Amino acid sequence: MSPGGLLELSGVVAGYHRSQVLHGVDLEVAAGGVTALLGANGAGKTTTLRAISGMVWRRGTLRFGGRDISRLRPDQVARLGIAHVPQGRGTLARLSTAENLLVGAVRRRDRSAVLADLHRCYDLFPPLAQRRDALAGSLSGGEQQMLAIGRAIMSGPRLLLLDEPSLGLAPQVTQRMFEVLRQLRAERGLAMLLVEQSVGVALDLADTAVVLETGRITLHGPAAELAGMDEVRRAYLGS
Amino acid sequence: MRAVQQVIDGLAAGSIYGALALALVLAHRATGVVNFAQGQMAVVSTFFAWSLVQAGLGVIPAVAVTVAASLLFGATVERVAMRRFERESPMIAIVATVGLLLLLNGLSSLIWGYELKAFPPTFSSATLRAGGAVVSITALGTFLVLVAAVLVLYALMMRTRLGLALRAVADNPDSSALSGLPVGHLLMVGWGLAAGLGAIAGCLVAPKLYLDPNMLAGVLVYALAAAVLGGFDSPLGAVVAAWIIGVSENLAATYIDFIGNDLRISVPLLLTVLVLLLRPQGLFGRREVVRV
Repeated sequence: MSPGGLLELSGVVAGYHRSQVLHGVDLEVAAGGVTALLGANGAGKTTTLRAISGMVWRRGTLRFGGRDISRLRPDQVARLGIAHVPQGRGTLARLSTAENLLVGAVRRRDRSAVLADLHRCYDLFPPLAQRRDALAGSLSGGEQQMLAIGRAIMSGPRLLLLDEPSLGLAPQVTQRMFEVLRQLRAERGLAMLLVEQSVGVALDLADTAVVLETGRITLHGPAAELAGMDEVRRAYLGS
Repeated sequence: MRAVQQVIDGLAAGSIYGALALALVLAHRATGVVNFAQGQMAVVSTFFAWSLVQAGLGVIPAVAVTVAASLLFGATVERVAMRRFERESPMIAIVATVGLLLLLNGLSSLIWGYELKAFPPTFSSATLRAGGAVVSITALGTFLVLVAAVLVLYALMMRTRLGLALRAVADNPDSSALSGLPVGHLLMVGWGLAAGLGAIAGCLVAPKLYLDPNMLAGVLVYALAAAVLGGFDSPLGAVVAAWIIGVSENLAATYIDFIGNDLRISVPLLLTVLVLLLRPQGLFGRREVVRV
C-alpha cells in the first residue's frame, strides 16, 4: 500500500472482550477518496469501523492524517475529524431533529459556518427541514438515516465512516442518499470508508475496495476492477 | 380563610419537595439515572454547611461555599462510585445509587453523629400577614429560590451548548461520543450540577426539619413522587407537581376527616398513581414515540 493515505490501518487486530474478530487488517483511505469495505455477515466490517473509532479494543497501526489514533477514546477520534455513522443510526431519540444536528457541531466555535452547514443539511435532506422540531425518535427510518449523516456532516469531518447506510431503506431513498454522498465528496473532498450491503451502489461510489473474510483482508484493488472480478460478482453482486 | 392558609402552607411544603425533585430531574436528564442517593448527598452537603457555620462563617456565605463544594462532590461521586455502573443496565445503576444512599448515610452518622442539629435559617424568621393569611419569609424565600432555579435550569438545558451536550449524553452516550462529546466529563458535570441543586434544597429545609442523617428520607419520597408525577424529564413539571402534592396533602388532611395527619402521606402517592394510570408520561413529560 502506498504511504500517505488519510487513514491507514495495518496489522490491526481487534475484538470484544475475549473474542477477537479482526486478525490483521490492512487498508487505506486516500484523502478525498472513497474505500468500500465488502464482506459477508460476521466478517468484521462493523468491527473494523469500531476499531477505528475506538469503540472496541484494538492493536496494530491505526493512523489518521499521519497521527497515531490507536489509543484514543471515541470522542477524541471524533474530534480529529472522523465522523462515524453507526449501524442503527445512533439517533438521539428524545432530542429534536434540529438538536440532533447541532449535537454534531457542539464542539465547533465557528458559529456562522455551523449555521451554513445546518442550512446545507436541510438543502440536501428536505424532509429534515420539514421535521426540524419533531422528536428524532418519531422520524421514519429513512429520515433517521439522513439525520445520522447530517449530524456527521455537522461536525465538519475529513473522513466519514458509514456502516450500512442503506439498511432497511427503500431503493429510491437509498439512491437519493448515495447521490448526496457523491455531492458531499465532490464539494468538500470528504473521504469515506463505506460498509454497504448494496455492493453495486457501493462500488459505483468507491474508487478502491477491499474484501474482508473472517477478520482478514483477502482482496483489494480499484473498485471498478473488483466489480469486474468473477468471485466478487458471484459472492456479492448476485450474477 | 383557613383554606387559603392551607394552600399557602401546602405551597411552602411543596417548594421543599420541589427543590429536591428538581435535583432528581436534573440528574436524570443529564445522566439518565434516577439517583436515589440524591437526598443523602444533599444531607452531606447540608452537614458541610453546618460545619462551616459552626466554624464562624455567616449562613449565606456558608451556603454559597457549600453549593460550590457540592459541584465538586457530585462530580467526584460520579467519577469514583458511579462510573463503573453506568455501562451496565439502568437497573444496576439504580441499585448502585441505593447503595450509595446507605454508604453516605452511614458516613454522615459517623462524622456528624445522630443528634439533631439546629441549622440557622437562611432567610429572616419573620412572617408577613396578608388578609388574615400568614406567610413566613422563609416559605416565600424558598418559593422564590425554587422558581429562580427552574428558570436557570431551563435556560441551561434548553438554551446552552452545555445543556444540549448533557441531554445528548443522557439520551445515548455511545452515539454522543461519536459526535466528539467527552461523555465522562459531561456525566461528572451533570452529577455536580444536581448535587449543587441538592445542597440548596438541603440548606433550605434544614432550619425547619433540624439536621440529622435521615433528614431528607421523607422528603425524598415526596420528591420522587413529584418527579414521577411531573414527568421525569420536565423541571417545570417536577416543581408544579411538587406544589400540587404539597397543597393536596394539606387540604386532604384538613378537610377529609378519616385522613387527618396519619394518612396524609398516602394522598400524594394515590394522586400520583391515578395520574400515571391516565398519563404514563406524567403531567408535563413528552410521550416517547420511537420507531425502529
